[in-house]
Amino acid sequence: MKIVVTVKQVPDPNSSQGLDPDNTVARDREVVLDPGDECGIEMGLQLKEAHGGEVVLVSMGPERARDAIRKGLSMGADRGILITDDHLAGADALLTARVLAAAIEPESPELVICATESYDGSTGMVPPMLAELLGLPQLTFAKHVEIADGRVTVHRQTEEGYQVVEAATPSLVTVTAGIAEPRYASLKGIMAARSKEVKLFTFTDLGIEQGEPSETVESIIDAEARKSGEVVEDDGAIGVAKIMAVLQAAKVV
Amino acid sequence: MPKIWVYAELNQGRLTTTSLELFTRARELGNVDAVALGPGAVNAAEALGRHGARRVLVNEDAAFAEYVAEPATDCLAALVAQERPDLIMFGFSPDSREVAGRLAARLGTGLISNAMDVEAVNGGFVAKVPYFGGAKVASYRANASPAIVLIRPKSFEISDSGDQAEVIAVSASIGEGSRRARIVDRLEEAADKVKLEDARIVVSGGRGLGGPENFHFVHELADALGGAAGASRAVVDAGWVPYAMQVGQTGKTVRPGVYIAAGISGAMQHTVGMKGSKVIVAINKDRDAPILKMADLGVVGDALKILPKLTEAVKARKGQ
Repeated sequence: MKIVVTVKQVPDPNSSQGLDPDNTVARDREVVLDPGDECGIEMGLQLKEAHGGEVVLVSMGPERARDAIRKGLSMGADRGILITDDHLAGADALLTARVLAAAIEPESPELVICATESYDGSTGMVPPMLAELLGLPQLTFAKHVEIADGRVTVHRQTEEGYQVVEAATPSLVTVTAGIAEPRYASLKGIMAARSKEVKLFTFTDLGIEQGEPSETVESIIDAEARKSGEVVEDDGAIGVAKIMAVLQAAKVV
Repeated sequence: MPKIWVYAELNQGRLTTTSLELFTRARELGNVDAVALGPGAVNAAEALGRHGARRVLVNEDAAFAEYVAEPATDCLAALVAQERPDLIMFGFSPDSREVAGRLAARLGTGLISNAMDVEAVNGGFVAKVPYFGGAKVASYRANASPAIVLIRPKSFEISDSGDQAEVIAVSASIGEGSRRARIVDRLEEAADKVKLEDARIVVSGGRGLGGPENFHFVHELADALGGAAGASRAVVDAGWVPYAMQVGQTGKTVRPGVYIAAGISGAMQHTVGMKGSKVIVAINKDRDAPILKMADLGVVGDALKILPKLTEAVKARKGQ
């Protein structure tokens, strides 16, 4: 079974981030493989271990996104594809989905795994677009995935609990971060990753023509910030007393 | 007048609250139609009319509720080709975003998601989107037609316009191959007595609580206050508590009278879902935690020590 996992390099969620003067997220420092994607890779590896096959990582990003792919390869994925291009900056969700679809389609995977959403954007729009462009059904918000007899079954997390959703393969599945604890790369895995293939494509290689972006940024302004209030150091009593005073003022106790 | 559509999401036959919120803005932008698909659509038409839909396009085919996203995408794409709306508004909910994503890819229009407002500007539409975790607001102009905008829950107050809609039955237009991802079962997990998004008081816990075995402190305080318990994405991802409790960009948006954040650092992911709260109290060991900078009261201390004492104090005050 061939499984494609989409991956993205994002600013490290555990480091404080700044904005560049042009209001794009400063990405030069402290970038990591998206933690949500690590869970997707782990899921892909578990399915491969159970059913055989191959796990291919596909990413769109600058050259250094190769590091994110390399990390996934050291976890055990088989090879990678990186689409990098001078026109990448500011690619919107639809262009991203078109680029990923063009790279994934020739692979004819039985399963495409995406994180439900990226850590930096958190809007989750690429996966349904990608499913549409690849002509695949989408099984989303999966907190559990099973494959048997050419069918994929997921537990789709909902506000009330979960749904059991089924489809025939090929399918696209989005997984939540809770689905599987990502494994650490072993030293052997890290060594092996060095010789694994990472193919580079440009937009032109994939026949992508960049049209007008579907949306244009008109302005970015500071949001109305909440004023910071009082900060007290708790000494074992004052914290509770201060909070009680706030609750009383708000008339909730 | 621009032609504005609102996608009226039905969840097991019931119209979602977020769908109704959208009409408050939609009717200021032009003539509003609602599209309601699946069992319960005809029933929903009355409420949709009362909130400002002039026409409600309905189809009750069970496939809309049974299969993920594709049937609704087919129907909307067919309707868009016939009717040519200028703007389609969706709620930024898990179900709506899947339909909107497929539709935007099929129409080749793209979309603007996670918006908190949309305005008509110079004959087009500009959406306001929280950026960099809500510290900034970006204005995006939609270049394609129809513009597709997904709006965050609780962006507008629901308001009744007292109108009545014309109900128009439309063809389902579901493609041959679109009955694929099928919902075969729905299971409910135990929910809190007070609904998180409606609660007047929310107590949320994060990683600072140390482990799932300590989360009962959050529930106990929430119960004593008659409120609901919430959580940060970090602890939901770690499996401490169910997703239904997640507050933030991907979880629920809450605007309670009082929000108490215990052991939550205040990542952008989280704050965008709670910064509309009237009063924010934060408890955190780390003096530099961003949450302390936005709280009305920040307590630098150990939530594990403070929460039980606070619960006792609340109970004593309430005479419980």
